[in-house]
Amino acid sequence: MQVPILKQGPYLIASVQAALKDADLTGLRDALTEQVGTYRSRGVIVDVTALDVLDSFACRTLSDIASMIRLRGAQTVIVGIQPEVAFSMVQLGLKLEGVATALDLEEGLEYMKRRTKRIQNGLYEK
Amino acid sequence: MACTRNEVRVMIKSDEDILAARQEGRELAVRLDFGPSELAVIATSISELARNLLLYAKNGCIVCWAIESEPKTGIVIQATDEGPGISDVEAALRDGYSTSGGLGLGLPGVRRMMDEFAIVSHKGRGTTVTTIKWKE
Repeated sequence: MQVPILKQGPYLIASVQAALKDADLTGLRDALTEQVGTYRSRGVIVDVTALDVLDSFACRTLSDIASMIRLRGAQTVIVGIQPEVAFSMVQLGLKLEGVATALDLEEGLEYMKRRTKRIQNGLYEK
Repeated sequence: MACTRNEVRVMIKSDEDILAARQEGRELAVRLDFGPSELAVIATSISELARNLLLYAKNGCIVCWAIESEPKTGIVIQATDEGPGISDVEAALRDGYSTSGGLGLGLPGVRRMMDEFAIVSHKGRGTTVTTIKWKE
């Protein structure tokens, strides 16, 4: 099942609706990396609220997404990791270190606004 | 073994099967009345074990069944393959050890998440990993 990607102003929002096959996850990674250029987006929000499992492959792909988006000059935040999913991730040893996270979509958008504003300001100062 | 209401069996040949095994195993655990955290742990363990089957043995089988050991109820998750076997089981259970370029968290992670864990591997003949989660 393909993940829909919505363009919301300067951001891309990918809402994962159901459990994903490995190929869907790598498809999402490639689509986001591409579209961040197409739409000149400043940030990417990946909403995983609907997921009841984030295994090692999913975590590695999310981490790859964040790294690739950063290399494309934009920011990534993962939102909506459920409490029991966080529990099993930590047990498994997956901490998603270096990847920004937020409670839900609302918080994720706030984070993006702060984050991209700071970068803009930084650019003006130079 | 007969396929009963309290047993699920999924052949793993592609990444779609990983998803199917995880969902069917999880549904069995729901029927056995496991709580949300336990369900996540069970589904994640199935996912990791099924991925190992694909990665190292190309294919294999995930079987989950209910187990009663008065007064406890649990779920057994067993991953069986006829792959090359694990040459160094102790190393394979260490965090960060991987021969596939993965994160090396699969087996040690599953051992941490589940309550009981056993692994039998014969070089050239395959591997069976058996784990149990008891209901809290």
